[in-house]
Amino acid sequence: MTEELLAVRDLKKHFPVTKGIIFMKEIGAIKAVDGVNFTVNRGETFGLVGESGCGKTTTAKLILLMERITGGTIHYKGRDISLLRGSELKSHRGSVQAVFQDPFSSLSPRMRVKDIIAEPIVVSVNAPSKTAVKEKIAELLQLVGLRKDAGDLYPHEFSGGQRQRIAIARALAPDPDLIVLDEPVSGLDVSIRAQIMNLLRDIQDRLGISYLLIAHDLPVVQHMSTWVGVMYLGTLVEIAGSEELNENPVHPYTKALLSAALPHHPAHIREEIILPGEVPTPFNPPEACKFHPRCFRARDICSSVPPLFRDIGGGHFVACHFIDDLRKI
Amino acid sequence: MSISVQSTAVDGTSRQESGARLWAMVLHARELPLFSIGLLLLFVITGIFGDFISPHDPLRTNLRAVLLPPFWEETGTATYLLGTDHLGRDILSRLICGAGVSIEVGFSVIIVAGLLGTLVALLSGYIGGRIDAALMRLCDIVLSMPYLMVAIVLAAVLGPSKENIIIILIVLGWASYARVLRGEVLRVKEGDFIRLAVIAGASPVRIMFRHIFPNIVNTLIILATLQLGMVIITEASLSFLGLGVPVPEPAWGSMCAEGRGYIYDAWWIAFWPGVAIMLVVLSCNFLGDWLRIRLDPKFRQI
Repeated sequence: MTEELLAVRDLKKHFPVTKGIIFMKEIGAIKAVDGVNFTVNRGETFGLVGESGCGKTTTAKLILLMERITGGTIHYKGRDISLLRGSELKSHRGSVQAVFQDPFSSLSPRMRVKDIIAEPIVVSVNAPSKTAVKEKIAELLQLVGLRKDAGDLYPHEFSGGQRQRIAIARALAPDPDLIVLDEPVSGLDVSIRAQIMNLLRDIQDRLGISYLLIAHDLPVVQHMSTWVGVMYLGTLVEIAGSEELNENPVHPYTKALLSAALPHHPAHIREEIILPGEVPTPFNPPEACKFHPRCFRARDICSSVPPLFRDIGGGHFVACHFIDDLRKI
Repeated sequence: MSISVQSTAVDGTSRQESGARLWAMVLHARELPLFSIGLLLLFVITGIFGDFISPHDPLRTNLRAVLLPPFWEETGTATYLLGTDHLGRDILSRLICGAGVSIEVGFSVIIVAGLLGTLVALLSGYIGGRIDAALMRLCDIVLSMPYLMVAIVLAAVLGPSKENIIIILIVLGWASYARVLRGEVLRVKEGDFIRLAVIAGASPVRIMFRHIFPNIVNTLIILATLQLGMVIITEASLSFLGLGVPVPEPAWGSMCAEGRGYIYDAWWIAFWPGVAIMLVVLSCNFLGDWLRIRLDPKFRQI
């Protein structure tokens, strides 16, 4: 059965905004992440989609403990990791790893590939022997499809796709249970994308690890994910199984997002929903339902009562007042 | 027949080309590190082995051979190639032994001040916050002090000696490294590989020395090369003012000072150490410029 690996509840991150040059006053906060709930199961991939600036990357940073959370909890293997410090934090590091978008910036330019890959093992609390590390590096290089002697080279001797393979090998080194993939293929040529996506899926099948995939590209997320969460302005508006979301989107924003993606076949013409206006600033977001100023179904209630994030069956969550009406469309 | 004609033609053009290339290299002295490296090597070797290669004892006076001009002048002799000073000491020997002083002061200052500055830059740039604010204010204070003035006051207080000169120049010198390198640290620290190192569980010390330091070491080398010239000039200035290496030990700055009084009668006393200072500093600057272009990844050809 599915086992909960990561559970994020009511996660919040507010960045204070100050005014004045000498006497700085806090005049408000940018609510980058404002009440996010989702669960990543063992061996599955949870995809987060949304426009740029919607808080996807901030969410990833919070889960990677690179920023302090403002509110909520992050349970990993049943333990709240959001407030870990000192030696507890050090021993937690390694069990959640990451792969970032830019394969040119994510590898230390003056280190050999083998040292880059070995770093998460070498710095861990109980580092194994040198020969064990050497064997592990060879194994990882083979796993990501790189030659054995690649370890002796420097990162600049590789292409973008190969560098991303190195980044993946490094992320796998400490045997993590969860890898956060922040736009892992956005920085790559289209021809390389499929290779890297399939590599990630193969690795998941073989090792049974979980991914938290963050991307703005809907087809990429749907290809990779078991579950997909749609983010808008710091909150999740809908979570559904990957296929369910594609065939039966409920939230008006999800419908608009899906209609903007290219269809699988040119003859398959979908109704295109054009949203009016622009994404509001997270400094002063709309009241209640954050989507209501741009929503084609908005009524009075949307600007006064925040919608609940409800399960409408089979793990399909939606935050909207008009779920029943929308399902019929 | 035609083949031989062709081969001469090829020969001719290649000779022309190599001549043009040589000219281009001379004109673009920055692209010709051989001059700088050669001169600095000569400087270092004479500095280290000065006692063995100097033709005379630099301290021995010879009152029968006072103010002798260089050998090509009418009254000059081959015994004293570059002439003698007002006490009859051999200028070439003093020049050779004086190089040792400049070497010792120059290199110990750039090494210690460079390491100190790097450490401050790493702490300040990577840790940030209050440590950054405190260290940078200290840096501002050091940089805002009139370099030579403070050096003179400190030298007067501590007394003239080689060790004191080194200490003074280190105290005044680390700040410029710290300033420039801190900026580099801030740039390097934004890379994703630093974030990933944090996620992997690397300690701040490891991140500073394994990830950031290798990426700023080029800048450090360039800075140190350029600073070497500065340090040698300052040491010479202090020695010129009588606050550096105490006489009679030869130092280029004090040799210039001794020659000052005889400048109309015996120009060579002040001239040779002046030329030596200029050539060494010029080589440092050329080499620094050349290194900047070679080591900067933006200029580097693959």
